[in-house]
Amino acid sequence: MQTIITTLSAWMLPVLVTSILIIGFARRVPIYNTFVDGAKGGFGTAIRLIPHLVAMMVAVSVFRASGAMDYLIAALKPVLHVLHIPPEVAPMGLLRPISGVGSLALMTDIFKGQGPDSWLGQLASTMQAASDTTLYIITVYFGSVGIRNIRYALKVGLLADFISVLASVLAVYWLMGPMPGA
Amino acid sequence: MIDVIWLLLFCCGVVTAMLTGHMDRLSGAIIGGAETGVELSIGLISVIAFWLGMMNIAEKAGMVQWIAQKLKPIGKFLYPSVPEDHPAMGAILLNMSANLLGVGNAATPLGLKAMSELQKLNKDRDTASDAMCTLLAVNTASITLLPTTVIAIRMQFGSKDPTAIVGTTIVATAIGTLAAILLDRLFRRLSRRRRSH
Repeated sequence: MQTIITTLSAWMLPVLVTSILIIGFARRVPIYNTFVDGAKGGFGTAIRLIPHLVAMMVAVSVFRASGAMDYLIAALKPVLHVLHIPPEVAPMGLLRPISGVGSLALMTDIFKGQGPDSWLGQLASTMQAASDTTLYIITVYFGSVGIRNIRYALKVGLLADFISVLASVLAVYWLMGPMPGA
Repeated sequence: MIDVIWLLLFCCGVVTAMLTGHMDRLSGAIIGGAETGVELSIGLISVIAFWLGMMNIAEKAGMVQWIAQKLKPIGKFLYPSVPEDHPAMGAILLNMSANLLGVGNAATPLGLKAMSELQKLNKDRDTASDAMCTLLAVNTASITLLPTTVIAIRMQFGSKDPTAIVGTTIVATAIGTLAAILLDRLFRRLSRRRRSH
């Protein structure tokens, strides 16, 4: 099972790309020029994102560098305890919607300390995989088309992230048993 | 809403730094954050260009329409306001497939393509449409069958069983995505009611 999935994830991208090219060619699509035509839009789209990402990243960076993030985590510790979220992964859960790179760094910290196959390593992996960086997605998606009024999108995203964190803890408890030694 | 989050992140940071005497860190953090923003955007050029090119071939060859046809029931249920033969529907469903399969960074470019198609259907160009909010909800929860990035990192760290997290990820993302869809529906209904009053 494991080798199948590992192989599958290595094969997915090359096979997908090749099949698009082969099917396109078979259907008499001028594949090279069609590709170049479509890819042209890539530069403009990415450049349009710069102001939005600069704005958001500066705020996130100030929040983290000042230590405010650490205080927030310390303040929320009792709540997290009630929800059975281990304190080791709590910072990850809080950082996940705000900064993908940040939560990835915390995940690798846990891997280095406890190993990726430990209970906490599995939980950290699940949390990282189970949700996306909401603030980034919202900034990028709405920024790319110039939407100013995002209505309830951020509320929904953050609430869903919170549920994702709980669901990750639940899934690991359910499929791997309770945390050893806890 | 975005104004409040932005201001809060800033002010909490500055006040914390003030109280703990770490003001010296902030100048660096501001410039560093701006650099990260530019780097992220520039870094996206490659994947966006590549996937927009691939998608153009897939569209011209009729593959997008084929996938849209297969996934029509899901598309209709999640995006009732999008006409089923509109290019937006194709892009939305491709974005969803990329998320499911964890195909290297394809989800964001396809999602952005879906956004630009949805913007064409949007009546008020400054305000997010219902379909856009649903797209965002589904993407921030990101339902995943194969978490390829995390599996790769687990391998790097010498995991004996890097794919052990596939099961837990499927369970967690299924719950998360279900929650996101329900919350999206709930808030959509609430915003309607507010507008009609």
